[in-house]
Order: sequence, then structure tokens, then C-alpha cells
Amino acid sequence: MALSGLFLVVFLLQHFIINFSSVVSPTTFNQWSHFMGYNVLVQFVLQPILIFGVVFHFVMGFVLEIQNRKSRRISYAQFKGNKNAPWVSRNMIWSGGVVLFFLILHFIDFWIPELNHKYIEGSMFHAELSDPSRYYSELVHKFESLLRVCVYVAAFVFLAMHIYHGFSSAFQSLGMKKKHKRSLLFFTQAFAIIIPLGFCFIALYHHLVSIHTIVPHA
Amino acid sequence: MKIKLKIWRQEDSKSKGRFVRYALDSITPEMSFLEMLDVLNEQLISSGDIPVAFDHDCREGICGTCSLFINGRAHGPDRLVTTCQLHMRRFNDGDTIVIEPFRSKAFPVIKDLVVDRSSFDRIQQSGGYISINTSGNTQDANAIAIPKADADRSFEAATCIGCGACVAACKNASAMLFVSAKVSQYALLPQGKVEAKNRVKNMVAQMDLEGFGNCSNTGACEIECPKGISLENIARMNREYLFG
Ligand code: HEM
Ligand code: SF4
Ligand code: FES
Repeated sequence: MALSGLFLVVFLLQHFIINFSSVVSPTTFNQWSHFMGYNVLVQFVLQPILIFGVVFHFVMGFVLEIQNRKSRRISYAQFKGNKNAPWVSRNMIWSGGVVLFFLILHFIDFWIPELNHKYIEGSMFHAELSDPSRYYSELVHKFESLLRVCVYVAAFVFLAMHIYHGFSSAFQSLGMKKKHKRSLLFFTQAFAIIIPLGFCFIALYHHLVSIHTIVPHA
Repeated sequence: MKIKLKIWRQEDSKSKGRFVRYALDSITPEMSFLEMLDVLNEQLISSGDIPVAFDHDCREGICGTCSLFINGRAHGPDRLVTTCQLHMRRFNDGDTIVIEPFRSKAFPVIKDLVVDRSSFDRIQQSGGYISINTSGNTQDANAIAIPKADADRSFEAATCIGCGACVAACKNASAMLFVSAKVSQYALLPQGKVEAKNRVKNMVAQMDLEGFGNCSNTGACEIECPKGISLENIARMNREYLFG
């Protein structure tokens, strides 16, 4: 759980950096996206590892949850969980569940069209079919919809809650030393707030830019 | 004080339990929580009813025998106390107090509020010991110099009284705090190094076998532990387990 969670955190950071480039420089964003989309190593080695990581993580999450529920056959009539543990730590399955649901939407939004373009239309193997500057306009187009922006922002809030507990929890599971506890807690909690906030910013930025139709052309 | 009680009654491990309501009107704030239950039992006995079974022994917070899940919390509302150290002044006149047994698959109910915590004993037996020379030339305990800081942390871990509140309070019914205290008290000392590797493997294996849940680091155990056993011990046990 801890290792797959940390792996996903690293992936999240990489994903954030690429997305953030879309705010700074559409050209860079297009270049990076094209590299990630058509590099053989990324597509056929890293991507399968990522998929495995995600599936492993949520399947293990569900297994853990089921085992944990089974370990208390009769539940308490009164249980004041909020007196001794933060909400986010007790509801990882729900915050994680929302993230999983979001991932499905996210795939429908971005991944399925990519797969279609690459493997049905065939641009993966026919370079002339691929337009290396399409990513930015596709991205901006997606965030024109206010509904989509709202769904994304809500999902990032749950993601923030998930890693607010999960990121530091992973270090505890891996045996963090007491002398590192405070600094790791600070770092992981700051990360859990800043990165999802950054994703929200990117979505809102493209939404606001697109509705003011001052889309800079890449 | 007038107190209303809602207590879990269960005839034996096989039968289905239920809550039964009682009312007491001669409770004083100075009474301990267990004395309040004694008053209830006196009344039940004199009226020909079966008294409520609950665990207790030292009644001074050192043996770990008392338990009880009181108003949704292990050992009641106070920090760093066992149920036997809890007093009725912590409650208000007219309160309804809900009393349940510690609940975990690995702590089956024996009767009413008494649960079987022998799973803890079996975990202890699987590795919570050290080998010493008892052949007549036993070494003086002070012959091995131990840094004060290590001795202190080992002693802190050793203050665990094995009450099971950590399991009771954990949403996953995980026994990690207890087991990590028992692993740590030896892991920090040179005498504990000999069996270190097998100790943590065996104790964790026994813990899983008993049916305790998995730790997800919510920290509830540390807050509810009457002896203030720190989560640091769980991290140490994880370290011993993964890298030992
Ligand atoms: C796909 C949907 C996801 C589901 C269903 C899910 C579910 C879970 C569950 C049930 C737990 C652990 C249990 C607990 O502590 O109570 C967990 C832990 C964790 N998750 Fe997720 N998660 C998901 C996505 C993510 C993502 C996207 C990240 C990172 C960006 C992440 C990072 C972590 C971390 C770091 C932990 C802590 C591991 C530990 O304490 O050892 N998870 N997840
Ligand atoms: S760690 Fe604390 S709560 Fe758990 S058994 Fe030991 S003394 Fe009781
Ligand atoms: S009866 Fe001994 S600790 Fe409470």
C-alpha cells in the first residue's frame, strides 16, 4: 500500500509539472505531451507500470478495507471516532473511492480519445497522422465546460484529503524515524494541499481564459 | 447523582447479546466508575437478578484487566486513564452512559462486558521473550552498559499493560500499538538483539492469525492508550519488520 501510494504521489507530481507547463508555455506543454504520448519507453514500459500501480493500489485498498471490517464482527452502538483520529485518516476508502470514480471520468475525457487517435485512427504508427501541437487546444477545449471544471475541482479536494493522510501514513508504514516525523509531516501535508490546489488552478485558468476567448495560439 | 445505564448483556460467547437499560439514583461523584457498577450489581443481586460481568483486578491502573467501551470510547472519556481510574465526577446528573465490551474478532465476548484477550498472550508467547543464561553464572544486569535514552524508551514501551484499548479504539481493530510496544521494549536493548529478527516476524504473524485488522495509521490507539504508548513504536516495529 505504502509503496504503491508513494509511486502514485511521484506520478502525480510528474503529471502536475507537465500540466502546469500549459499555463506557462503552450509550446512546451505540446512538446512534453507529444513526447509522453509517442515515446516508446513511456508508452510501453512506464504506462503499463503506472496502470499496474493504480490497479494494485485500489484493489489492495479494497482488500484492506474488507479485512478491517471483518476484524470487528459486531460494530459498536456508539463509536466516537472523531475524538481520537482525524476524519481524513478514517475515510481513506471514501476519498480514494471518489478519486477512482474521477479517474474513470478522466480516462473517458482524455485517455479514450487518445487511444482512439493513436490506435484506431493509427497515428501511433503513422507519424504523418499525428499533430504535435494538438494537445494545448484539446486541453483548453475540455475546460470550456463549467460543469467539467466543477467536477475536476471537487475531485481534487478529495485527492487532497486522500494524500493529506496517505502521504505521511506511507512513511509511518515504512518505519519513519521519530527525528524525521515533524519535517515529513510538514512536507507531506504541504504537498497534499499545494499540488491539488495547483491542479484546480490549472483547470480554472483554462476555463477563465477560454470563456474570455483570449486563447493564445500555440 | 442519577445515572441511566445502557449495558451490553450477553449470557455467554455463543448467545446473542443485547442492550439492557438500568437506572441508579444513589451515585456520588467520588465513586469510581467500577464502584458505580458494583452498586448496580449489589442492586441486581438483592433483587435476584444476574449481576453484570465486567473485568477488573488492581483497580489502580497497573494491571490492564479492566476494559469497557464507555460512551463510544475505550476506557471512557479521559486521556491516559484506565476504566478503574475513571470517576463519576466526569459525568453529569441525569446522564445516560452506554457501556459496551471491547469489540474485536480477536477479543470474543465471554459474558456481558468480559472479553477474551488471550490472543494478546499468544502473540507474547510467539516472540515476546529473551534468552538468558540461567546456568548459575548469570550476568549482572548492569554489566552491559545501555545508553540512558535507549533504556528510557524501552521502559516507556514496557509500560504497556496489555489492556487492549488500542484494539478497541482502532476503527480497524488493529493490535499494532500493543505488538509494537512489546517488540520495542526488547528491540531497544542489547539483550533483545539475539531473537530480534524472528521476534518481529513471529509476533506479527501471530497477530494476523488472531484476526486483528491492519494498521492504517489513524493514530486513535495512541490517543486512547492509558499508558501513552507512542506511535513511534509502530514505526520502529515496521522498520524491524522490513529491514531487520
Ligand atoms: C484509484 C483510487 C484510489 C483508491 C480506491 C485508493 C484507496 C486507498 C486506500 C483504501 C488506502 C489505505 C488505507 C488507509 O490508510 O486507510 C490508500 C492509501 C494511500 N493512498 Fe490511495 N487510493 C486511490 C488513489 C490514490 C492516489 C491517486 C494517490 C496518490 C496520488 C494515493 C496515495 C495513497 C497513499 C500515499 C496511501 C498511504 C499508504 C500507507 O499508509 O501505507 N492513492 N489508498
Ligand atoms: S498499547 Fe496501550 S492501549 Fe494498547 S494494550 Fe498496551 S497499554 Fe493498552
Ligand atoms: S483494574 Fe487493573 S488496570 Fe484497571
